Amino acid sequence: MGFVQKCGNLSGIPTNTSHLSAVKLSGAWFLVRLLPTNLLEDPMRRDGLTLWISSLAVLALGLCISSGNAVAQTKFTTGSDDPLIDYINEQIRIGWEDNEVTPSAAADDAEWVRRVYLDLVGHIPPADAVERFLSDKSTAKRSELIKELLNDPDYVRNFTEIWVNVLVGRNTPDRTSRAGLQKFLRESFARNRPWNDVAHDLVTAEGHFEENGAVNFILGQLQGNPRSEEYHVEATARLTRIFLGMQVQCTQCHNHPFNEWKQDQFWSFNSFLRQTRRVDHDKYDPKTGQNEDDYSELAYVDFGGPVYYELRNGLVQVAVPNYLGVEVSDSSETDRRKELGRLMCYDDPDHNLARAYVNRMWGHFFGYGFTRPVDDMGPHNPASHPDLLERLTEEFVKSGYDMKKLNQWICNTEAYNLTSRFNSKNEIDNPSAGEVPLFSHMYVKTMQAEQLFDSLLIATNAQNSGAANYERAEQQREGWLRDFLRIFGGNEDDEPTLFSGSIPQALLMMNGELVQKAISAEKGSYLNAVLSDGSLKSDSARIRSLFVSALGRNPTPYELSNLPRMMRNSPSPLAAYQDLYWALLNSNEFIVNH
Amino acid sequence: MNLMKPAGMSRRHFLSHVAMGGAITLGATEFLSHLQANAAEVKRHQKACILIWLGGGAPTIDMWDLKPTSRNGGEFKPISTKGDLQISEHLPEIAKEMDSLSVVRSMSTREADHGRGTYYMHTSFVPNPTVVHPSFGSVASYELGTKRSGLEIPAFVSVGGGGMSPGFLGMAHAPFVVDARGQIRNVDMDKQRLGSRLQMLGAIEDGFIRTDRGDVAQAHKDVYQKAVNLMTSPQMEAFKVNSESAETKQAYGGHAFGDSLLMARRLVETGVPFVEVRFPGGWDLHNDVFNTLKNQRLPMLDTGIAGLVRDLKSRSMLEDTTIICMAEFGRTPRINQNVGRDHWAASWSTLIGGGGLNGGLAIGETNEDGDRIVSESYQPGDLWATIAHALRIPLDTVHTSKRGRPMKLANGGQPIKGLIG
Repeated sequence: MGFVQKCGNLSGIPTNTSHLSAVKLSGAWFLVRLLPTNLLEDPMRRDGLTLWISSLAVLALGLCISSGNAVAQTKFTTGSDDPLIDYINEQIRIGWEDNEVTPSAAADDAEWVRRVYLDLVGHIPPADAVERFLSDKSTAKRSELIKELLNDPDYVRNFTEIWVNVLVGRNTPDRTSRAGLQKFLRESFARNRPWNDVAHDLVTAEGHFEENGAVNFILGQLQGNPRSEEYHVEATARLTRIFLGMQVQCTQCHNHPFNEWKQDQFWSFNSFLRQTRRVDHDKYDPKTGQNEDDYSELAYVDFGGPVYYELRNGLVQVAVPNYLGVEVSDSSETDRRKELGRLMCYDDPDHNLARAYVNRMWGHFFGYGFTRPVDDMGPHNPASHPDLLERLTEEFVKSGYDMKKLNQWICNTEAYNLTSRFNSKNEIDNPSAGEVPLFSHMYVKTMQAEQLFDSLLIATNAQNSGAANYERAEQQREGWLRDFLRIFGGNEDDEPTLFSGSIPQALLMMNGELVQKAISAEKGSYLNAVLSDGSLKSDSARIRSLFVSALGRNPTPYELSNLPRMMRNSPSPLAAYQDLYWALLNSNEFIVNH
Repeated sequence: MNLMKPAGMSRRHFLSHVAMGGAITLGATEFLSHLQANAAEVKRHQKACILIWLGGGAPTIDMWDLKPTSRNGGEFKPISTKGDLQISEHLPEIAKEMDSLSVVRSMSTREADHGRGTYYMHTSFVPNPTVVHPSFGSVASYELGTKRSGLEIPAFVSVGGGGMSPGFLGMAHAPFVVDARGQIRNVDMDKQRLGSRLQMLGAIEDGFIRTDRGDVAQAHKDVYQKAVNLMTSPQMEAFKVNSESAETKQAYGGHAFGDSLLMARRLVETGVPFVEVRFPGGWDLHNDVFNTLKNQRLPMLDTGIAGLVRDLKSRSMLEDTTIICMAEFGRTPRINQNVGRDHWAASWSTLIGGGGLNGGLAIGETNEDGDRIVSESYQPGDLWATIAHALRIPLDTVHTSKRGRPMKLANGGQPIKGLIG
């Protein structure tokens, strides 16, 4: 451990001998006696448990000693030697000093490994990955794991899903191909294409919604009557908000109340999209006697001249294509979207595209970006760490808009490696109460629907539980996913740190088919594997396995002494373990990324 | 056996454990006593609204505002009703109850796209990229549901799906969706198992709350408490529409739509302030509009709504329960080449009544061909303001979006004069 760590913060690892003796669980044999025979091969031996606890104590002691040594070494490192990370750490530290907060301690390995898995690959770490990471003695293991996860296939899947949701939302708009957009993004993330190239494609694409998946971003925003002045409004708003971090939509109807943006700014951007419309193709279905949706495409339409809009006092004004001061000819000869793509992605001296991306990604990892919300940047909403944001923007551009590189920088920072627990000296660093984020501890994020779903599968192996074959398992998975997205997916505009829990969400977690299956202990499930694992020789060893799998940590002494007593209320030993696993999966700790 | 043998523990430490254990046990006991709580008290004279949603866009020119002298008029004839207006000959049962219901014939809403129209009619606002507005059901949940302390089931129920988003009012006011048979997904659990599971859950959750990571941990626990209250509440009976006799169901037409309305009545009786019932079957009738209406849609609509009005009346609930039946838009007066009607938002009708509103009236007027309004026109904000008036939600109520923008109730719409007073 090459960084400062307080002994007292090692969650789940007993550090005090009086606690140790309290977790002997001398009476817990009653569970064992009634368990299936494969659990009885080696009845619980006290000495086994004691040995295990002693080894934890030694480990804890060792950690204390090593971190004791580390106190002298003030500089935090994950093992990465990139000098930019030192710069970031320094900038963040200045914020702490200026605001007189003391940062929380570094997150222990268990807390951190769960976090970095969720943020990079979109699900909690499997139990064996937790165990492997916890026992790894390398001082550079955090930076190594970051590298490893950036090359994991789930990294591609995770960021594809994140960006599909950003671009078109969870409820796919009518006649828009989610699959097409997914395919485009999957290829982009798999090849780690430069972000400006990806954005350029999304802004300029034309054609069939499956053959050229990038069209779906704009296609999804074009609904209603193409002749109405509202037709390109949503696309204008989304495009500027997502790619430039600018909320110009406020200026659709009036000058911006807080900054110098004028109403013509919205309509100037809107002018760029006026040569664009969707074309929907139907096909006749002889069975129903009705026309059914076939495919859609994003097409070029001839359009020249200015755009007219109305001021609040009724005066009609004109706007022409204009990218933040750079005017483009409004002749019908100009391909306006191509011009917009060029100006925005390759020829913007202010790098607005890069800045907006950096801010959004910082927000992805910390729950809060440098502005709040991440996509409302501008003179009216100054960044919390302006110098840092500028430097990161500059470096991101220099890297060739390298998305992986940016993720790597952020994950290796000191701030990203802190615990999510407050301490007495940083209570004011609480953005959920409206304060400016100082990043002196990690902010707790609520899992997104996709993260929650994938994490449940990782923790339970539910899709393989009792499934006859692969197809059946896949079908089940698809059905559960639809449920999850429907019930958990309705709040994509919320900040990820807000808990938007609803009763149907709680019901789905408590009683839904996925969780039922997950705790059924049928063959193939994780619970079954734990209960039939001959190497787990005691209740506490099995309880520990369930904790590591669901929460990525060891049980606390309090939990180890109390849960077995509660488990006795269940009607059978098997039920006791099912009920415990149910409680773990339903807990607040499971559903948050801390 | 003694699992709690405090070997090596200080006495104080031991006692603190016992105290925690005690607290958890108490939670489980409360939960059990909750199960045995008395049957739901009948909530009389509480205001409520039932929204009947005709998804797809109903051809109101064939239902509420017929044009027999125009070539747009189509195949149906108007009939006289118990109210001071005529409606379609294929709605004979509703005709007998029209003294309790009125038709607003001058809706003009500009949004002829399904998604945009659905949003507009539910929220009173056109879609706007800066904010997601709450559906009026969520507004009712926010304004009325939170004040009904005895209500243990959600304050905004959607029968058959739909209902739109709670927007900036938050997920606590999202529509709670059930199907027409009243089946709610994921509410059943062995109660004995639930007790022991909740006890363990409490221990784990409280442990996490104590690690001091902000408000999310407690918020999660609170939502679970609500979900458990729901699972164990006697008010859940309101959803069990299949416990009604065949005779009662027949009074509502004996079909899925009737069952949904019957459930809506049961929910309102239990204290739910807003129920949205989605008509089973679409109204997007680009083809073969007259046959589909005559043989399928209208008979079901007719018997269902008439049954609801009669039942509410016989239970003295009609004065407190507003009924509104509408869609995202109307359909073109012109009949297309497929004997269908296309999307039309410029001049169409909605049915509204109960809740103390004036019945038997036609409000507003269209021209002889039905393609233009020749009176004052109305927007969804005016309908919802009328309903807010009936629900006793103050019209000057202002909600605040997440970005701090003030949003007037019903987008500042005003109650429709002919319907109130």
